[in-house]
Amino acid sequence: MLERKVVSPEYMFFEAPREKKYLIGNEAVAEAVKRANVDMVISYPITPQSEATHIVGDIYAQGYVKDYYRGEDEFNVMSAMAGAAMGGVRAFTATSGPGTLRAFEMFPCWAGERLPIVCAFMTRGVNSPLTIQPDNIEIGWLADTGMLIFHAEDPQDFFDMILQAYVIAEQPDVHLPVGVCADGFFVTHTREIVELTPEDEMLPPYDPSVSPVVTMDMETVPVRHMKDPFVMKSNYISYNTHASWQQEVRAAAERARKYITRYMGSPVEVVHPGAEILFMASGTAAAQARVAMERMRAEGIDIGLVKIKVIRPFPEKEITELAEVPRIIIIPEHNITGWLARDIKSRVNNNAKIYGGPRVFGGMTMPPEMLVEETKKLLLNLVTA
Amino acid sequence: MSTLLGFPKNGYKVVPGPETYLSPSAAAMGVVLPNEGEALIEGDIVPEEVAYEEIANRLLSARNPTLFPGPLVLWAWSEKAVAKARALLEMVGEVPGMKIIPMPDYRPKYPMINPKVEINPNHPNLTIWHNNIDVCVFVGVHCHFANLALKIIRAGTDCYTIALCGQRGHEDAMITLRDVHAEEVMDLTDTIRKVKMERLSC
Repeated sequence: MLERKVVSPEYMFFEAPREKKYLIGNEAVAEAVKRANVDMVISYPITPQSEATHIVGDIYAQGYVKDYYRGEDEFNVMSAMAGAAMGGVRAFTATSGPGTLRAFEMFPCWAGERLPIVCAFMTRGVNSPLTIQPDNIEIGWLADTGMLIFHAEDPQDFFDMILQAYVIAEQPDVHLPVGVCADGFFVTHTREIVELTPEDEMLPPYDPSVSPVVTMDMETVPVRHMKDPFVMKSNYISYNTHASWQQEVRAAAERARKYITRYMGSPVEVVHPGAEILFMASGTAAAQARVAMERMRAEGIDIGLVKIKVIRPFPEKEITELAEVPRIIIIPEHNITGWLARDIKSRVNNNAKIYGGPRVFGGMTMPPEMLVEETKKLLLNLVTA
Repeated sequence: MSTLLGFPKNGYKVVPGPETYLSPSAAAMGVVLPNEGEALIEGDIVPEEVAYEEIANRLLSARNPTLFPGPLVLWAWSEKAVAKARALLEMVGEVPGMKIIPMPDYRPKYPMINPKVEINPNHPNLTIWHNNIDVCVFVGVHCHFANLALKIIRAGTDCYTIALCGQRGHEDAMITLRDVHAEEVMDLTDTIRKVKMERLSC
């Protein structure tokens, strides 16, 4: 292992030199974990994330991570992650599709306990019928857990977002888990140029003493933790406390906006914001829409792109403002439910101009040619109508 | 997140209640925490010196001002905690009639709580109502539990809430300072002394 030095997040994100490497998304994840000064990783294999935590196991063996083990299943892993974070360590794990669902009870628990865990979700289809192929339906379900949710477009995003996630998650006024999502295979198994920060530089260690809840490490103030379950009490006080608790988790997500702007620049990336037609998309759909947009612009069609990097807290202000200008908004997605279209439609005035689709799922790809063709069909239909 | 239907964001004021059946979090209503050197008064960002004066005025005008110290200043877990606790005792000594009711831990204690001697974040109003507290100061309470209590107090009582936070502050308090350690508590005590003198000379 290299001798390493701690650098500030501001230096790492904005000033550190970058070295180009040709990596798949899962390798980029391990490179991020190496630089994130992670204390503990707990893994359980599931395609397409297995390779990421496999490689993280290698860097543990090299000394970059202080502790690492394989849990017995995803519920076990996510429960153990809660224990690790309650004990005051920086923790990382990853899972996919059915693993996300098996562990699901723990995600709102993480948020409710204000645990700044970072979990990578390499999304895939969920059963049944059995599939291991790309599909990001699980992000729509994760969106209401109280976690912050980021969605990576490519391996570069995946690397950057995992590092940014720790810094944002651990702010004392935020202190929430972050799910960093990437579309399985399209990002996890696709080799691209990734610009990495120096291998011998890492983030400052996590400081559990600033946690908004009691850290259970026996080193902080001796205090009985709030573990008397509200569910055991059937009265107004218990309901009222639980309600206030849930509000505080959502309030913490609101506070994250300031840090998302500081460390990620913006929750959205906008290309040609004044265009008559806008794609609004996240993850791989944004990558494919970007290509489709360029092809259509070359043909003289006035179209732009809003890439949504942060799904929670939803960038409501940015999206509602951006939605004022275009006449048509198209929201392509890699899932059948259209969770992103639902999110956008519910917030934008005059949402009749929003077209949720095209959607592909079950492992199907989203060729830019299809996006171009479907957009032209829509335009033709509107002209005919 | 909000139970205040139709209320415009960014126009929300964090003021004494009783506000409603279930108060929204101030963050959900668009109130943002102050940056370094700033404070919040009723949801508006102000220079921290302005908040110091307002806290002094509120405490000196109160019928029954009360300090709610939490575990972070009740236990001698670090030298800084001890220094802050000492500074707080000095501050309380400068406010006529100010009481101290501790929040020693966070487990719900109903129906057994003795509201004369302690407060709990899950049912803070029992203590506020029992003691007729009109102005209270939270300090040394872990931020999550302070926010939990501050919302419940705003929903159900007319108590004016002040939070002296060691971290980033509390939107759900009517006045909040951030980054408050022993030195800042001593500065606040000096402000209280100054305001007292000004009142005497009037």
